[in-house]
Amino acid sequence: MKRTGAQIIWEVLVREGVDVVFGYPGGAIMPAYDTILGYPIRHVLVRHEQGAAHMADGYARASGKVGVAIATSGPGATNLVTGIATAMLDSSPIVCITGQVPSKLLGTDAFQETDITGVTLPITKHNYLVTEVQDIAPAIREAFYIARSGRPGPVLVDITKDAQQASMDFEPPKGEVRLPGYRPSQQAIQTEIEKAIELIDEAERPLILAGQGIVRAEATRELLSFVEKAGIPVACTLLGLGGFPATHPLSLGMMGMHGEAWVNNAIQEADLLIALGMRFDDRVTGNLKTYAVKAKKIHVEIDRSEINKNVKVDVGLVGDVRDTLLSLIPGCKQRNRSEWIERISLLKGDSAVRDIQQLPYHDKLYAAHVLHDLWRLTDGKALVVTDVGQHQMWEAQYYKHDYPRKLITSGGLGTMGFALPAAIGARFAKADDEIWVVVGDGGFQMTACELSTCAQEGIKVHVAIINNGYLGMVRQWQEFFYNRRYSATPMRSPDFVKLAEAHGLTGIRVTKREEIAGAVERARATPGTVVVDFRVEQEDSVYPMVPAGADLNDMIRRPSPIVETGEDP
Amino acid sequence: MDRPILRTFIAYVEDRPGVLNRVASLFRRRAYNIESLSVGRTHIAGISRLTLVLEADEDGARRLEANLYKLVNTLWVRDVTHTASVARDLALIKVKANATTRAQVLQLCEVFRARTVDVAPEALTIEITGTGDKIEGLLDVLRPFGIIEMVRTGMIVMTRGAEEAEARFDSIPARSADSGAA
Repeated sequence: MKRTGAQIIWEVLVREGVDVVFGYPGGAIMPAYDTILGYPIRHVLVRHEQGAAHMADGYARASGKVGVAIATSGPGATNLVTGIATAMLDSSPIVCITGQVPSKLLGTDAFQETDITGVTLPITKHNYLVTEVQDIAPAIREAFYIARSGRPGPVLVDITKDAQQASMDFEPPKGEVRLPGYRPSQQAIQTEIEKAIELIDEAERPLILAGQGIVRAEATRELLSFVEKAGIPVACTLLGLGGFPATHPLSLGMMGMHGEAWVNNAIQEADLLIALGMRFDDRVTGNLKTYAVKAKKIHVEIDRSEINKNVKVDVGLVGDVRDTLLSLIPGCKQRNRSEWIERISLLKGDSAVRDIQQLPYHDKLYAAHVLHDLWRLTDGKALVVTDVGQHQMWEAQYYKHDYPRKLITSGGLGTMGFALPAAIGARFAKADDEIWVVVGDGGFQMTACELSTCAQEGIKVHVAIINNGYLGMVRQWQEFFYNRRYSATPMRSPDFVKLAEAHGLTGIRVTKREEIAGAVERARATPGTVVVDFRVEQEDSVYPMVPAGADLNDMIRRPSPIVETGEDP
Repeated sequence: MDRPILRTFIAYVEDRPGVLNRVASLFRRRAYNIESLSVGRTHIAGISRLTLVLEADEDGARRLEANLYKLVNTLWVRDVTHTASVARDLALIKVKANATTRAQVLQLCEVFRARTVDVAPEALTIEITGTGDKIEGLLDVLRPFGIIEMVRTGMIVMTRGAEEAEARFDSIPARSADSGAA
């Protein structure tokens, strides 16, 4: 059958199972936009291409499938860059399709020409510049295959306008994509598995560090069996939250810079760390020289280049974390390490009194209380999409995630403005989930234009703005490390309730803890997207905190004068 | 921990537009310092061969290999630092030489088994092939005469013996017929 390049794009996408794409039209991608109308693919018109990439990312993280973003050449393509980098650092499978100037004009600085394959080279898993119509289908198929296999990541396909306009006899490609040098699936070596089992059986104070690999590999059930057989407590990275149920008795919660002190202390006391699908990010380890020096280390990781990158390990198991767990489980001994678990409980006891949950709130609204109440009111079952900053850490601390793919957040890149568009993308993957965007007043304003997308598409997400009138995390660092010189952190914002209303949406303001339940109730009952403006304490900080580069057990704790006793919130 | 040493890698990559850029970008991004990099076609159509010399410790070398394999166009990588191999670098050196000094320069070249490839009234152009050390040695003795310009190919390396690394690519299927985008 005769097809134009522009049609072939959608022919291939439909065959890849794509039913929604996020994009923004422009000159060099117009042929593709002209032909999409003939295909069963929903197009979501974003307000800024960064939003398109985040939406594709949010869709991918919520569904486990590949998300798709579309943009034109030049500024359309460069606007995707932040979203692509976000997907790269968090290993999220997205495919970005960009229009490019006609091939004859390549390299001439033509109108809206950018060398986007050059620009995105270091922030994509792979990318393609396609100048011939017959190369479109193979490039897009390979892009999907590369994006979702092995350690997932973003792939960009840049297609010149003339390639989109040209026609050819098109036969839908069949069979597997084969790339001679690309070997995404690897199996851990049996002798290494045996070494790991030996270390696990011998360990008296072992700890599992569960990362996003658990979520990506759908390995939650296998992790549970492993944990319950070997009796090993689990700490999660930020992106690993939900990979292991937070309310499980052996769950310790989040580790690292804003992890609870007992978790970090347990890591420092452990004699064995079993890292599963995580990469020892500096936010997780603190000072590498003093990190878990008493512990032997086993690293299970799909990406060989991560082994021994930051932390030297005793055993490196390269492979899918689910497959690897399945090989570890039968070999390791049934144990309950009660002494070690008691020791951790002891570490925990000291922290409980410092917990903000123990803090009387009087007339004040604390972000921690907002997140705690939100967790309670949604039964811990909402899909929460967070942005970057203080609210992100409070969410990680106080919203207990029991299920995988229920927390979507920008971890590695720390991209402000991620949350709202990512939630819109997630909405298309999870039609029935209750979705809450948790976002600061700063991050929200970076991509607030996507409220308009919510209104136009008629989709419902709840937006909880944790509004403290500051760029809170930077303000906190200024308070701790820069003598309270609040340089460029106080932030004036528009009236978010009115802003919602201007979009034809609903806005609610909350200034007291007593109002939280009512606001949540009203937000749920209202059709369409609802913005809830939580006016929280302005100079509250996230505790505990390991200063950047400090030892993991050298934490700034919640100052004791604040800790009053007794009153239960 | 082991000390960083100069290491030599051989890598086979698909011969496609932009592949060298991907390799170079990887080294830049991961802060590897390249001592020498040379690229050329092999006797198999569509496959290029890289020889890389850079400083790395044992872990760094393993990670470099792993990072190269992450590039979709990389076919095969081998660290030949500790493998018996033949290493060659070629240099063209243009050195000042007039009627009085020419004989001296030619004599030095002979000692180093370098060839004279061009003679001009005030200069000689010399071609020398060998290991890096040998070329450095010749440069040292030529420097007092005045070196006008120099160009080097970078190191190329082949392991000794009958083993032929490329042979293994005969079994690698080319990209499927429907697959050919750059």
